Amino acid sequence: MLRLSKDLYLQMVAHCITGLPDEACGLLAGDTASGEAGVCYPTKNAAASAKLYLVDSKDMLRADRDAEDHGLAIMGVFHSHTHTDAYPSPTDINQAPDPDWHYVLVSLRDTHPVVRSYRIVDGRVTEESVVVLAHTRQAG
Amino acid sequence: MPVDVRLPTVLRSQAGGQSTVSLDASTIGEVLSGLVAQYPGMSGQLLNDDGTLHRFVNVYVNDDDVRYLSALDTPVKDGDEVSILPAVAGG
Repeated sequence: MLRLSKDLYLQMVAHCITGLPDEACGLLAGDTASGEAGVCYPTKNAAASAKLYLVDSKDMLRADRDAEDHGLAIMGVFHSHTHTDAYPSPTDINQAPDPDWHYVLVSLRDTHPVVRSYRIVDGRVTEESVVVLAHTRQAG
Repeated sequence: MPVDVRLPTVLRSQAGGQSTVSLDASTIGEVLSGLVAQYPGMSGQLLNDDGTLHRFVNVYVNDDDVRYLSALDTPVKDGDEVSILPAVAGG
């Protein structure tokens, strides 16, 4: 299960819409085990492509350090699919960097964004529920 | 030169759970080969067969990504912090 505040949810979706026509990406920090995301780090897509994403390496370092400063860990990545469903592509599955992470897909193929989250372990994809919390949580 | 190397979460179990290891090196290449010498299981995740940096790994010296410096030839000096993080990508 992935739990996030509505502010974080909106921040994530806004970043994806702003990134059009390219894919957008970002990192989530929080508690990996419980699935509670406390902070969203919108990052630059260094691939600048409508089909691929690459989290900019400087943004990665900044996010990792900031998360650590707040006693959090990077616990997942989100990215958009501009024309396909909110499901991990074969590339997403092959390149998933950490089996403990949550992988969030934001599909912008239709008028309304669709947000779904997954665990990817040893090439196996399992969907998990996304719970949007009413109250804003502060990091740290 | 002793340098501190921060490991990404995904490699820490191979270093006995440590998040930072200290080793002697003068270049990034020596840092990575030093890590692999100590923890051979990390080899495939850090380096390609030809010894170049794996595309899904980012290595930094202090605040700088070594791909913007001299890659594996990037010098490291006493007190530098080397960080290894995943290069997160997909499609």
